[in-house]
Amino acid sequence: MTHTVTSRPPTLFDNVIAETPGKALNLHACLQCGTCAGSCPSGPDMDHSPRAIFAMLDAGMDDEVLNSNTPWFCVSCYYCMVRCPQEIPITDIMYTLKRLAIKEGYYQEDKAPEFSETFCDFVEHNGRSFELGIAMRYHLRYHPLGAFKMAAGMGLHLFRKGRMDLTPSRIKNVSQLKSILNKAKELGGAA
Amino acid sequence: MKYSYYPGCSLEKNARSYHVSTMAIAKSLGIEFVEVEDWNCCGATEYISIEKVPAYALVTRNLALAAEQNGSTNLVAPCSACYLNLKKADHYLGENVDLRQKIDLALEAGGLSYQPGSLNVQHLLEIIAVDIGYEEIEAQVKRPLFNLRVAPYYGCLVPRPAAMGSFDDPEHPTSLDNILKRLGATVIDFPLKAQCCGGHMTQISEETALELLRRLLKNAADYKADMIATLCPMCQLNLDAYQDAVNAHFGTDYKIPIVYFTQLMGLAFGLPADELGFGSEIVSARPALEKITLEEPKPARTRERGKKKTDLPLPTRPEEG
Repeated sequence: MTHTVTSRPPTLFDNVIAETPGKALNLHACLQCGTCAGSCPSGPDMDHSPRAIFAMLDAGMDDEVLNSNTPWFCVSCYYCMVRCPQEIPITDIMYTLKRLAIKEGYYQEDKAPEFSETFCDFVEHNGRSFELGIAMRYHLRYHPLGAFKMAAGMGLHLFRKGRMDLTPSRIKNVSQLKSILNKAKELGGAA
Repeated sequence: MKYSYYPGCSLEKNARSYHVSTMAIAKSLGIEFVEVEDWNCCGATEYISIEKVPAYALVTRNLALAAEQNGSTNLVAPCSACYLNLKKADHYLGENVDLRQKIDLALEAGGLSYQPGSLNVQHLLEIIAVDIGYEEIEAQVKRPLFNLRVAPYYGCLVPRPAAMGSFDDPEHPTSLDNILKRLGATVIDFPLKAQCCGGHMTQISEETALELLRRLLKNAADYKADMIATLCPMCQLNLDAYQDAVNAHFGTDYKIPIVYFTQLMGLAFGLPADELGFGSEIVSARPALEKITLEEPKPARTRERGKKKTDLPLPTRPEEG
């Protein structure tokens, strides 16, 4: 892929690299070998394989990239990342694409950002998460039918086994956590 | 041996049996766990999908607390997601100056600080397999798990990503196999041992998750596993609580109990089952545990097969552990 040296406004390709910790610069060296696509367990559900996403990024197809459901179907298994011959931090790039899609108001697959947002909201207020409570609240808020299904089925099983809390636990120093997160938000911008 | 211990949110309730059994075997193995006081959620795979700097700040608060409380410079997490997040934050903060400066300022707002690299973040499996070692594990075995066929399931986040220095192979890990063998269990060949359980996909796209779960259950069933041993609360929850849904969706009839490897260790160490959190799994482990015999099973025939001249010239499986 091309190296960009001229002065011009940053493209989505540049932003992705800038916003990804780790060796994201390696994205310039993508060979389009498709090892990532072949390793991806949720590949069949994606609009574009990770390989295609990188080609589209390079081609400046920003809208298509940010609209794609690809990052939202990434299960964070890191197979692509350990297999990539160019050591591109692919999983981390998928997270960056999610953040940029939210920031730019894109995303096709609406459930995933809602779930993540419910989770974050919870953690910010309590310092702890409890996955089952979060799942329930998320379903209640966005997919009431799903909440009913969950409560009547799996939720009940887990509750009976003593594996489901009804109230979240809370850390002692929530105010400290809030100061840290607020400062981080101020420094980090939206992405 | 003394370790700082980061339980993570799952171990508080949903994966209580993992916590309980970890504490029980720690006693037998002479490990002291000092829980990081007032730790917060690591953000799982969600926070990083929304905001980068706050996500790293959230994780790093835990590193700062662990370093400040100084229980030990070794920080242990039993949950795979917590382990990866803690390790990743430590790694990327050391590598990325811009991110590091921002996190420093954010922590300062809460009166904390953290120097990347000052803690050694480890997964529970690592300290048991590497720090304690297989000999010591075997020495503790009082009630071997003879005749119990176990599928060792590693999932994604412990073996990978290897770029940060994994203690085991990223695609073909063997440490859990070795531990279970030392317990006397029959460890089955489990080709999907490091494949994904779907993570949070059960909430977002159930069909995607159910297919991934079906593959794992089928693989374990094909090799006649009595149970699957796991080391991650997310894997346990998905495979256990969604097994019914997999059966309903695909018309299958899997009844494979999913237990934590620490529970099996405790059992082999002669600790009572009710002190190891058995019974909290949805697919009951009882029928499988009843298969355990006092006598060692005869060695599997597969080893003899390699000696036949008529076989294809494939490499033989190396003897492990």
